[in-house]
Amino acid sequence: MRLKEIINTYQSLDEGLMHERMDMFQSGLDAIATEHLSKSFMGIKAVNDLSISFPKGLVTGLIGPNGSGKSTLINLITGLLKPDAGSIVMRERAYPFIKPYKLRKFHVARTFQDSRLFEQLSVEDNLLLAVAENKIWKGLRELKTDKYKQRLERILVRTGLLEHRFKKAEELSYGLRKLLEIGRALIQDADIYIFDEPFTGLSPKMVEEVFSIMDLLRVEAKTVILIEHNMTLIEKLADYIIVLDHGTLLANGAPKDVLKNKQVQEAYLGV
Amino acid sequence: MEYCLNIGILFCIYAMLALSLNLAVGLSGLISLAHAAFYGIGAYAVAILMSDHGMSFWSALVVGMMLNGILAFAVGKILSKFNGDYYAIVSAGLSVIVFSVLLNFKSLTHGPLGIYGIGKPQIAGYTFFSSGSFLMLALLCATLFYVIFVLLDKSSFGRTLKGLREDEELTVCLGYKTLQYKSFAFTLSAIMAGVAGSFFASYIAFIDPTSFQLGEGIFFFTMITVGGLSSAFGSIVGAALLLILPESLRFLGLPYETAAQIQQLIYGALLVLMMAFRPQGLFGKYRM
Repeated sequence: MRLKEIINTYQSLDEGLMHERMDMFQSGLDAIATEHLSKSFMGIKAVNDLSISFPKGLVTGLIGPNGSGKSTLINLITGLLKPDAGSIVMRERAYPFIKPYKLRKFHVARTFQDSRLFEQLSVEDNLLLAVAENKIWKGLRELKTDKYKQRLERILVRTGLLEHRFKKAEELSYGLRKLLEIGRALIQDADIYIFDEPFTGLSPKMVEEVFSIMDLLRVEAKTVILIEHNMTLIEKLADYIIVLDHGTLLANGAPKDVLKNKQVQEAYLGV
Repeated sequence: MEYCLNIGILFCIYAMLALSLNLAVGLSGLISLAHAAFYGIGAYAVAILMSDHGMSFWSALVVGMMLNGILAFAVGKILSKFNGDYYAIVSAGLSVIVFSVLLNFKSLTHGPLGIYGIGKPQIAGYTFFSSGSFLMLALLCATLFYVIFVLLDKSSFGRTLKGLREDEELTVCLGYKTLQYKSFAFTLSAIMAGVAGSFFASYIAFIDPTSFQLGEGIFFFTMITVGGLSSAFGSIVGAALLLILPESLRFLGLPYETAAQIQQLIYGALLVLMMAFRPQGLFGKYRM
């Protein structure tokens, strides 16, 4: 009940932005697109000739049943997997494969289904690694982190990790680990954020915190790709929905239309 | 007094080695067993160039550093493709190869006979011949290594090394070309080990291949595992403990063979105990 109230509050705050967001969608600009993308594992097609696009400046909900290829698609887009065929379009240029170290250059930040953190490093170091100098020689000379201080403090406050800043990541609770991972994405001040099931396993209070973070990204007109199983959250947060099934596109469009789609209901919602 | 000075010099050499190895293993997570090889190359560069070619210690030291740098960079490129256990096995292979070369390339290394009469360093006509002066020089170098380690640890470069030690794939996703980082850390670490080897050769004045076997690499590994991974202070403590421990056996009056065997037993037991009860070592910041 409490969660629903929070969601409704945020939804009403966003009403004024809806026209602007719809204009953005109608402008037809894509942040990321795939062209005939395919990936198989031991003969099983996880992503099958998939051509989709993620609109710029909108929150796109990427949904589908377990094993529908959502995480594989994200891993292909972020270079953790190499496509068997097809290409990924980023900044209006097609790439057969995205080298993962180029994600920073492309201003893409992501989280993982199972939180991936630098376990034996402090919360601060986990965040700083996302923004500190990435060239060897410059990194050797960068002995102080003063220039990241403001950014760091802002993220620590926003994620509620301020009091845990010197703790090792491995000492954090499940929810705080999720928040740290989200914080690591946020501190990059990226153009495109990819969140892989950020709400899974969180307490209602944590869901509230993560929801407010996502909603702020909407207000800031950031491109967000959100993999999530909670349909209530998806319906309230997403401007656009892509549904995958067996590695192919089942449906896409505005949430209200997509969620009414019979095929979607059969494949995903089990209705 | 002379005995204490000698122990002090050996401590400085071991400290240099421990710091260099901790840069690879502790900071970067590169489980290298090749350090005996780089230590040996540094030692043999000084021994051959000073004894057979009349070069000064410093010129020979620089040549040794360059040789180690080139070899480590080339091998590091290959090693960078491996992780964890595989890294250790491949690096152990390098150690065995270098030992075989030192043993069998007799025209260059004099094989098992070793090289005698290796000279001492000189600066502006002053020769570091006495143990006291050599200790000062070795201490200066060990201190320099300590400072290098601390600065690396504090820098963004060091943080990245720690990141790739924890999760290389994740570090790549954050914009780092980790293969370059691994290669750089390994090369720097090898150069530092070579410098320790050069000091060792000059101090002992005689070297043969037995000082640079794979077993020595494991001994260096024990130093940092006991002292503490990813810690400059831990490296120093590890070097001191593993130097003092066998020395203390001398005072028990045991026969040489027995003492040597007890020494090996202690090293083995120390490794097992540390891994079981304190995997990060006494002052370590990282658990393998």
